[in-house]
Amino acid sequence: MTTRPKIRSRRILPGFGLTLGCSMLYLTLIVLIPLAGVFVKSTEGGWDFFWQTAFTDRAMASYRLSFGASLIAALINAVFGLLTAWVLVRYRFPGKRLVDSMVDLPFALPTAVAGIALTAVYTSNGWIGKLFAPEGPIGSHFPPDGIPLAYTEVGVVIALTFIGLPFVVRTIQPVLEDLNREAEEAAASLGANRWQMFSRVIFPELRPALLTGFALAFARAVGEYGSVIFIAGNIPYKTEITPLLIYMKLEEFNYDGAAVLAVVMLVASFVLLLLINGLQWWSSKFQRAAV
Amino acid sequence: MVVLKIPTGGRLIMAGAGTTLRKGQGRRDGDQAATLVEPAWVRFLITATALTFLILFLGVPLLAVFYGAFREGWRVYMDAFQEPEAYNAIKLTLLVTAVAVPANTIFGVAAAWALTKFKFPGRQILITLIDLPFAVSPVIAGLIYVLIFSIHGWLPPTTLAHATSWAVPFFQSWAPTFALWLAEPKIIIAIPGLILATIFVTFPFVARELIPLMQSQGEEEELAAITLGATGWQTFWRVTLPNIKWGLIHGIILCNARAMGEFGAVSVVSGHIPNQTNTLPLHIELLFGSRMFAASFAMASVLTMLAVVTLILKALIEYFHSKGGEEAES
Repeated sequence: MTTRPKIRSRRILPGFGLTLGCSMLYLTLIVLIPLAGVFVKSTEGGWDFFWQTAFTDRAMASYRLSFGASLIAALINAVFGLLTAWVLVRYRFPGKRLVDSMVDLPFALPTAVAGIALTAVYTSNGWIGKLFAPEGPIGSHFPPDGIPLAYTEVGVVIALTFIGLPFVVRTIQPVLEDLNREAEEAAASLGANRWQMFSRVIFPELRPALLTGFALAFARAVGEYGSVIFIAGNIPYKTEITPLLIYMKLEEFNYDGAAVLAVVMLVASFVLLLLINGLQWWSSKFQRAAV
Repeated sequence: MVVLKIPTGGRLIMAGAGTTLRKGQGRRDGDQAATLVEPAWVRFLITATALTFLILFLGVPLLAVFYGAFREGWRVYMDAFQEPEAYNAIKLTLLVTAVAVPANTIFGVAAAWALTKFKFPGRQILITLIDLPFAVSPVIAGLIYVLIFSIHGWLPPTTLAHATSWAVPFFQSWAPTFALWLAEPKIIIAIPGLILATIFVTFPFVARELIPLMQSQGEEEELAAITLGATGWQTFWRVTLPNIKWGLIHGIILCNARAMGEFGAVSVVSGHIPNQTNTLPLHIELLFGSRMFAASFAMASVLTMLAVVTLILKALIEYFHSKGGEEAES
């Protein structure tokens, strides 16, 4: 009897059972059970079926494209995202507030709209694609085809770069804003030049955030479907991303096959995220040890 | 071209100004200030590179939508909205959003309350699980419901009918369409599937906005209200809700934008039946695929304006919210 009031005193606020119960039920019904279903379904055809479906040449080509293009896009975003965050935090220029809100456009713009807009811009008669077409000012230096952008792997990278753009900027920006400028002043008084200051004082502080942003952009890009399928051209073995392959299996009512590819994707992105998390942990440990 | 106005390394010079300097020391301080900012040409180069990147990847596609929509004239633009397919697609998108967003809002608030006002084992795991839908490809989000509810799935409409058909006579007189659906509850290639898929992809938005916010606010104010005799609901409506108002609106706006624009997940479960299961993004795809570019971009311009309004609202909330926060702190 004596323990009872103690337990009660810990939970004075009401509604614990109701809110936890409702959210657990909702989470389980909408997310957990259906997701578990994919894993169950993928094993239904047996181990041989799993192996044969997961590693066909066409599936392998799609993994290479999905993960490779996502990696390149995330790297591009890491570089230009860092530059953008730097410019937005440290410099002043007219229209800065507008540019700052524009960065979130890929979050707010529906992927299908992004897809058709990017396709229109980057095809050989689009505003930017025209420059790289065989008769365009840049493309004419690369005979005979110029540099085709849409309907190639380059197009996939362009779409994935668009999708991942805000992640790096938005993870680095708050860290850069909170950065203690006294460390820079100290470095200056010790005679460091601006580049040394950036590479040895500022960049190590930004590295964990940069890795987080990179990981988020990468994870988003791997699963992306809407913006890619318009600009990719979807040529088997060449510009076919894994989510599209899953979609096509479903259209053929090959549910087991679709589930197998989905499981490969889920596991692969999970392992990659784990790796990146490890890298992030190592990076922050390394940084602490250096200080 | 862009004109740059760069602040001089303000803080250091100000720090130097207050102290009396010996001759020569001032010059050294000036040098330090100079090394705290990049040379003008570097600043210009960095800004120009970043802005060029943003214009190429964000500005140009945004303009392309409106250019594509109006390129064949105002009449073609307006005609695109006269089609019944367009009207029904817009109606369906609004319906799906009207169910999905409130559902996720209620869940988000409930989950945030349970996860931030109480401590219990497994709390951290639950927070991670809520973010799970963000890590899953939209196509897989659609796939999971197809596996369960399609005619070849674990719970096909014929099986579900066993559980729902008893209610048919009850609804027959005043909701005949719903009664018809209950007799054979189709979920895939029907509106419930669209709603489920949309709920899945927009699942974390409100919860993940509220959890850190309510965490930082703690529970003292709620405890005080309870101590003063308020009931749980009174405490929530009068104490908690005013505190989380802006974060909640922020989350709902983002959830709404994603719900209206979702493509991949919805595409998998929809079956693409014009006038019945084609949402606005799917209608855009259909028009684009049949090379009706002007109509496609006209539809896209609606969703683009939605995105622009979302960004404006978001910026306004962040602006006023941070301003309000500073006032409260000072």
